[in-house]
Amino acid sequence: MAEYQLNYAQVDRDLLKTMEPPGRIWYILLAIAMAFVALMGFALANQFRYGMGVWGLTHPTMWAIDITNFVFWVGIAHSGTLISAVLFLFRVRWRASIYRTAEAVTVFALMTAGLFPIIHLGRPWYFYWLLPYQQVGGLWPNFRSPLIWDVFAVLTYMLVSMVFFFTGLVPDLAVVRDQSKGWRRRIYGFLAQGWQGTDRQWRHYTSAYLFLAALATPLVISVHSVVSWDFAMSVVPGWHSTIFAPYFVAGAIHSGLAMVITLLIPLRRIFRLDAYITQSHLENLAKLIVLTGLIVGYSYLTEFFIAWYSSNQFEWEVFRYRAVGDYAWIFWIMVVCNTLIPLLFFVKKIRTSTPWLVGISVLINVGMWFERFNIIVTSLARDYDPYTWGIYKPTWVDLSITAGSFAWFFLWFLLFAKLLPVVSIVEVKEQLPPPVKGGGNS
Amino acid sequence: MSGQVIGAVGHFDHFDRLLKAIRVLRASGYDNLRVASPVPRHEFEEALGRRESPVRVFTLVGAILGGTIGLGLTINTSIGYPLITGGKPIISMPTFIVIAFELTILFGAIGTLLGLLVNARFPRLRIGPAFDPRFCQDQFGLFVYCTQEQLETTSNILQTAGAVEVRHVEE
Repeated sequence: MAEYQLNYAQVDRDLLKTMEPPGRIWYILLAIAMAFVALMGFALANQFRYGMGVWGLTHPTMWAIDITNFVFWVGIAHSGTLISAVLFLFRVRWRASIYRTAEAVTVFALMTAGLFPIIHLGRPWYFYWLLPYQQVGGLWPNFRSPLIWDVFAVLTYMLVSMVFFFTGLVPDLAVVRDQSKGWRRRIYGFLAQGWQGTDRQWRHYTSAYLFLAALATPLVISVHSVVSWDFAMSVVPGWHSTIFAPYFVAGAIHSGLAMVITLLIPLRRIFRLDAYITQSHLENLAKLIVLTGLIVGYSYLTEFFIAWYSSNQFEWEVFRYRAVGDYAWIFWIMVVCNTLIPLLFFVKKIRTSTPWLVGISVLINVGMWFERFNIIVTSLARDYDPYTWGIYKPTWVDLSITAGSFAWFFLWFLLFAKLLPVVSIVEVKEQLPPPVKGGGNS
Repeated sequence: MSGQVIGAVGHFDHFDRLLKAIRVLRASGYDNLRVASPVPRHEFEEALGRRESPVRVFTLVGAILGGTIGLGLTINTSIGYPLITGGKPIISMPTFIVIAFELTILFGAIGTLLGLLVNARFPRLRIGPAFDPRFCQDQFGLFVYCTQEQLETTSNILQTAGAVEVRHVEE
């Protein structure tokens, strides 16, 4: 990657500039996001008041857009950990200037994903029944249930990502603290926990950071595997498949990378970070998308091949139904957006052009959302017994909560963009050669 | 800041000068040194002769504890309330390993965090008198613990090594 042409003081100046008071556009975007979150709040109030009947969920599709959103947002979270932890372990230098944003995406996506299983409970105020504690009569949660694994996996992932995110922030918060005044200085000073950059702090810090990265790496693979087992452990045709875990993990990273590109490009433009987030960063992400896109495409083909090759008529019927049935348009959006369009990134001109990058990334996000929808709804709408077949149609509640979840995510991201350094100051400095004098009396 | 000198701190603009100062000071018998730096660099840790951080022990203990708790929780609660679900054995290891795995990671991470807090003495509400905001920006600081009598010599060594500024630190 291109070496930065910078020095330490310049890095501080450029990167702290992103934290200057926001302009009018930021407030407008914030207001829009808050309006949609309020809409979600209204829809939820309706659900709590009248029950799950206000959703479009009905037999046989008792899991639809809510679980689609859950799986989608958990997936979005994955690329952040890939960039911050996996690429860290591989000593990939270009991660330095994008990992903070990617990690923020992880944390906020999980905060969004975590809402859905709870909303979906029907009686959300009993969500604590999922936690491991002794209930009436000595009963504990059923640890053989994939839904309980989900609780453990997603909660662990959320806590570990938050710790990892905050640990990475501490030295940067000290830089902010030292260059601000008044109440800001006090708040950032508290958050920086008295960071002074001493050799003792660095020694333990670098060690702890390495271990957190090493723990986050297997964790990220396990989380979407566990999410996929929510489906694969059942006997529903189209779900009961051993390919699900790797297929979901690849899909998760595919959608997450696209989301990171979608967010990095405006960030780079608005904050004028071209010296930090260079074309080569985006190009590298695009190359990763080609890889994950190929894995996802391969999984689609394998699923169809196995459904046909198994001669299991139920399995084959579900896949036939996906491709040509009631939801065929969703299936084809998914195939085109996730596997065919990303192949355009093989062309260097396309993966180095900002409009193409934004366009294709947005399409991949759309495609991945529909992939979740396709997997969940089509299998439930047509399982073994034709008597139970049905069609799912969302109501305004489903749609408002979905729109609200996107707004909730962007609300946090907007706050992050102004309140925290969006590019890691310390890690960028680490990539620079330290200032040396040489010669003379040294 | 009442009297009592506890040492001198040299500000360095250049990394090689800092390393040289560390070597000179250690050669002259000063072992109580502290470096403050805007970035982590292995060079100064080597020059200071620091040992490997013990945080890894915290990680290991946390992870083992988490795995044990995960297995203990699932196995014991299943034995305590033996309800067969899905025709599976009461102790269904493949499914319990998922829980044990997640708790291994969770407790490993909590252990790492504790290791960081304990070893690096976090959180710290008061910032030491030797600290200067520039040490988080673009300067390196070298703090030498010494007595009032050694102060002159220490400052001289720091200055000769290339410190752009030498401050005396009082408690």
